[in-house]
Amino acid sequence: MKYLPLLWRNLMRRKIRTTFTFLSITVAFFLFGLLMAIRTGFGVGIELAGQRRLLTVHKMSMIQPLPFRYLAQIQGTPGVRFVTHMTWFGGVYQDPKNFFANMAVDPEGILRIYPEFVVDGDDRERWVNTRTGALIGRKLAARFGWKLGDRIPIQPTFFRPKDGKPDTFEFEVVGIYRGATPDIDETQLFFHYKYLMERTGDPGTVGWYAVEVEDPARADEVAHAIDRQFANSPAETKTATEKAFMQSFANQIGDTGAILTAIAAIVFFVILLIAGNTMAQAVRERTSELGVLKTVGFTDLTVMALVLGEAVLLACSAGVVGLALVTLAVPALAKAVETFLPIFYVPGRSLALGLGLAVLLGLASGGVPAYLAQRLSIVEALRKR
Amino acid sequence: MSDALVQVSDVHKVYTRGAERVDVLKGLELEVGRGEFLALMGPSGSGKTTLLNLIGGLDKPTSGRVAVAGRDLTRASPRELAHWRARHVGFVFQFYNLLPVLTAARNIELPLLLTGLSRAERQKHVAAALELVGLADRAGHYPMQLSGGQEQRVGIARAIVNDPTLLLCDEPTGDLDRQTAGEILDLIAELNRRYEKTVIMVTHDPLAAERARRVLHMDKGMLVEAQAA
Ligand SMILES: Nc1ncnc2c1ncn2[C@@H]1O[C@H](COP(=O)(O)OP(=O)(O)OP(=O)(O)O)[C@@H](O)[C@H]1O
Ligand SMILES: [Mg+2]
Repeated sequence: MKYLPLLWRNLMRRKIRTTFTFLSITVAFFLFGLLMAIRTGFGVGIELAGQRRLLTVHKMSMIQPLPFRYLAQIQGTPGVRFVTHMTWFGGVYQDPKNFFANMAVDPEGILRIYPEFVVDGDDRERWVNTRTGALIGRKLAARFGWKLGDRIPIQPTFFRPKDGKPDTFEFEVVGIYRGATPDIDETQLFFHYKYLMERTGDPGTVGWYAVEVEDPARADEVAHAIDRQFANSPAETKTATEKAFMQSFANQIGDTGAILTAIAAIVFFVILLIAGNTMAQAVRERTSELGVLKTVGFTDLTVMALVLGEAVLLACSAGVVGLALVTLAVPALAKAVETFLPIFYVPGRSLALGLGLAVLLGLASGGVPAYLAQRLSIVEALRKR
Repeated sequence: MSDALVQVSDVHKVYTRGAERVDVLKGLELEVGRGEFLALMGPSGSGKTTLLNLIGGLDKPTSGRVAVAGRDLTRASPRELAHWRARHVGFVFQFYNLLPVLTAARNIELPLLLTGLSRAERQKHVAAALELVGLADRAGHYPMQLSGGQEQRVGIARAIVNDPTLLLCDEPTGDLDRQTAGEILDLIAELNRRYEKTVIMVTHDPLAAERARRVLHMDKGMLVEAQAA
């Protein structure tokens, strides 16, 4: 575009002012990316495969166990394609600070119900066939430097071995999974439920059930059907989609999404004032030059477009830098925060939104100055010297 | 109907500042023929710049008619006027009015950006204009790096790069020393003589006015033919 050199030179005329404004916008978009990553970490706005999946938990609270015999009954419910069970182990590695999720599961069931856990062929086989094996997430392995074949001692917290052997459970790392998409938690450890039974005796209970339905559109119906079977029994159930569970969790810790959105909005408002002020000054100190442009034949609209273009150029270039930096920084930060936010990344959707906001910021900050530039009378502008 | 290039008939211009009315032009009549070199003199505040702005389509009269090459400027929309200025008028100012952030070449190129010319064609025109004003070796200089006389040459190059019919100069030598002023006037005279530009030049300098073929005096919003010096 032939006006680009003019736009660029105009921005560069006050290098310090432009630099400060540029940095403010860059920081704002960096912050925006960070907020979006946190938002993603809280599961806000993620469309999990979770519509297809139900969780059946104890009606009173998620930590109360459910009878193992429910498995067959749930499997028999019309509309259910597959069901498996999971049990929270709550074990500790060396120090409670080293928290990560660890669960006893059915080794084949977990692979089938969570196809988004990608496990290579060899690992898959070893995992299914090793009684004391553990399947761990890629990030968890990286965090503690665990490799295939390592033996890791996990201290139980509420499960107590009955066999009198040392308290500790020792698992062999036999498989490492990675998420098919970035929104998959790669910080968990799974081991065989059977091994747990061996060590602690069979209480005939599991933590909860994960259910795959045949038709996601009828998920609610199936959930009701499951709960109805166990109504008026000592262990009544509550079944809902995985997504609904995520959402209610998010709601419990305050409406995180709304708070984060509010912070982002405030940041943008402040940045709008800064960028708007820069553009207003830029136009004010250039009154006679704008008059000259009009004199040589630039139309009012072209002059307006030039001012708007300058604002958009500033906002977009700074926005792109901010978004690029946060895209680079988040994977590095992800390691530091993975204990409380196992899922932490900037979704592509948020980057696109960020770009859109950058354009919008440019238009909004340049709007009033551009309007004034368009209205500027040549004669008045030339008289001001 | 005469075949004058510029026709100003019964033009009034009134500025109102609050309750105050300033009658700047009071029924002014003027005809400028094609190829003329006209100097406008007169005391400060007599309305010279105001008249020049009307002829250049930068402003509109309160009443009356301004026509250039048969075209009634008072009826054109701002947008039409902008396009018209881009093709038919070149302006030269006392303080050059160059964009400080652009090089000499880019300043001269500005009016060409509004045409459909390619980058290469634009550069050719810019080079020719620079050559004509004798600044071929200063293309990459910024206004800050040029002397006043050189800046004014760039200003003139910008005014003529589109090959306009009409060249309007408002005190083009007002900010220059005698010697440099003389050179600039030579250049303007040459544009008039060799390139047949119609020139209207406002000036306070009798020496400058001498270069013109006709001199008009403006006083209290009226024009009077100059007495022989
Ligand atoms: N936009 C305006 N608003 C109010 N008054 C104006 C405006 N423009 C010009 N005037 C007045 O009109 C009169 C003529 O101004 P103009 O600039 O045409 O004078 P001039 O002959 O060019 O003077 P100079 O030689 O000082 O440049 C002056 O009294 C000036 O104050
Ligand atoms: Mg004047």
